Amino acid sequence: MNYIDEFRNPEVAAQFVRLIAGQGRTLAAQGLRVHIMEVCGSHTMAIGRYGIRQLLPENVELISGPGCPVCVTDPGYIDTAIALAGRGAIIATFGDMIRVPGSDSDLTACRSAGGDVRVCYSPSAAVELAQSHPDREVVFLAIGFETTIAPVVSIVGEALSAEVRNLSLLTAFKLVPPALSALLADTEIKIDAFLCPAHVSAIIGSRAYEPYAAKYHVPCVIAGFEPLDILYGVHGILGQVLKNEARVENQYARVVRPEGNPLAQARIAKYLDPVDAVWRGIGVIPASGLGLKPAFAAYDSEKKFGLPVRPGRQHAGCRCGDVIKGKLRPTACALFAKVCTPDHPVGPCMVSAEGTCAAYFKYNLPDERQGGVK
Amino acid sequence: MSADKVIQLAHGGGGRLTRELIEQEIVPRFGNGPLRGLPDGATLPSPGERLVFTTDSFVVQPLEFPGGNIGDLAVHGTVNDLSVCGGQPKWLSLALILEEGLSFSVLGRVLDSVRAAADACGVTVATGDTKVVARGQGDGIYVNTAGIGLALPEFTLGLERIREGDCVLVNGTLADHGMAVLAARQNMDFINGPRSDTGTVHRLVMAVREFGAAVRFMRDPTRGGAAAVLNEMVEGRELGILLKERNLPLAPATRAVAEMLGIDPLHAASEGRLILICASEVAPEILKCWRALPEGAGSVCLGTVTRDKGRVVLETVTGGRRLVDVPRGELLPRIC
Repeated sequence: MNYIDEFRNPEVAAQFVRLIAGQGRTLAAQGLRVHIMEVCGSHTMAIGRYGIRQLLPENVELISGPGCPVCVTDPGYIDTAIALAGRGAIIATFGDMIRVPGSDSDLTACRSAGGDVRVCYSPSAAVELAQSHPDREVVFLAIGFETTIAPVVSIVGEALSAEVRNLSLLTAFKLVPPALSALLADTEIKIDAFLCPAHVSAIIGSRAYEPYAAKYHVPCVIAGFEPLDILYGVHGILGQVLKNEARVENQYARVVRPEGNPLAQARIAKYLDPVDAVWRGIGVIPASGLGLKPAFAAYDSEKKFGLPVRPGRQHAGCRCGDVIKGKLRPTACALFAKVCTPDHPVGPCMVSAEGTCAAYFKYNLPDERQGGVK
Repeated sequence: MSADKVIQLAHGGGGRLTRELIEQEIVPRFGNGPLRGLPDGATLPSPGERLVFTTDSFVVQPLEFPGGNIGDLAVHGTVNDLSVCGGQPKWLSLALILEEGLSFSVLGRVLDSVRAAADACGVTVATGDTKVVARGQGDGIYVNTAGIGLALPEFTLGLERIREGDCVLVNGTLADHGMAVLAARQNMDFINGPRSDTGTVHRLVMAVREFGAAVRFMRDPTRGGAAAVLNEMVEGRELGILLKERNLPLAPATRAVAEMLGIDPLHAASEGRLILICASEVAPEILKCWRALPEGAGSVCLGTVTRDKGRVVLETVTGGRRLVDVPRGELLPRIC
């Protein structure tokens, strides 16, 4: 634990808070406000867990981004999973997905109604499930960002070498860089800098952000998930803003390399091709997802069962889309903490352990639960 | 009986095997007190005082985990419930629901632990019951214990007695039981992994009788952890609680597992801990009394009672503040 405690040292944290306060004053003197988007859901949770938002100057704002794979999954995807369960398939999934609302229902209700929905803690468990139920079809809900894609898609290789044919993947893999590009191109959203994800960056490498930093002139700072990492990251971003720079800065060099993880990248390239993907709340972003190559069509649930995912409908009042894009604070949504709570989630941002609304609900003090449209 | 024998349905049938099970497993361990002669009910001396009465069921998986098993847990759970009500535990009932196929060696170890824990707590297993269910209809062993204790006159406990400035004390590290069981269930193979804190708090309660008037409230932080207990204490009230993250007592192995699984240790169960709220003047005295006992060696002040209406707030290591909410839903692992 020593290795963790060093990144939670209260004295060092206090020093960073002082430095950031000084930067905030200099920015304020120039009449500047800085909007920093933390892209990753794990950052959102860490910021809440350590109360970091309140340690920042008034003119430095952290905005939560689209970095929770559950939250950006379209309701139509859940509808397809429910339909497959209705056809008798075993649905194998990570736990967070079972309460995500589809158009009319969710997988928890599907399970209560007799659907065979099982929570797995590892993708390999889906292969074992298929082997132990040779007379059934097993569908694994393959969602996630770059971090989880390689291990998840590797089960296709496992299934091939074990000659398991009753397993397929319902894929909704998402890529972070195209989403950043879409957010930056949206003129309604004010983003001055990105606090870039830690683990996604370990896979794609720090170089992946260079085109965006240059094209849109936004500082991109890669930071780890510990409180000092985050404070250091914010300090780095403000330093760049004050100098009017826009560089990629890798502050998580203990894990992230410029070139990323070539092994994981090769694994992804072996099985998957870029596809256009639907992001809940954002819509279709070109080449922002990954689908199985035609050679592996036998393991592609949509093709195997002729049941393509179609766009679904979300709850009329749910504004998760705006929350995901950073346009709306969760607290400004009319449903937040009233109709929509972790016990009765209306939208996916309240379901996932890394969802922005769940983080606000869980960690924010009630008098900070006021917010507004930015 | 030999170690490789297993429970059969007939052990619950009321016939010869039932008698054999009772005579060989139960009577030698518990047959000397009110259970002597196996009456249908226990006859107990009336102490002529107020009594405390509670019951609890135990379904933990795995049955045996680092630091304990379902047997001592079933004793500690009920003894601790009596203790935090300001009771001196006296008698327990022990009801076992056994699954066909359970090995006698596991049963024997569990019953040995029941006996050892009961002896350590000074309680008598006064009555009991054994049932057997078919394979697949139970999970090895389920245990129910009910307990009777004498209400200690020194204590007048109540949430309404809590005042601003009161201290929140605990007798040791938090979340050890929850993390030990979770680690065992996930087959995480640790060297020096987390160990359950399953244990009794009754001596801690007895030790602070002299400060009884200044003790406001006691509760054991089991399911839902310290977060659930502390929130219950202030929910809907004018008062709140402020905790300091730097002061949270956490064993290194417990913290490591909580970090790995992404679980807030404030949400995880303890089974040998007592959270006590008292007037600040007596807090140092109580801590001193507790620290003299092995089960209180790690006693600390967790935080203080504030005027922060109904809120439990944590001052984090970075100096920020955040709400400590009650745990919700299942404890799910991270997916990215």
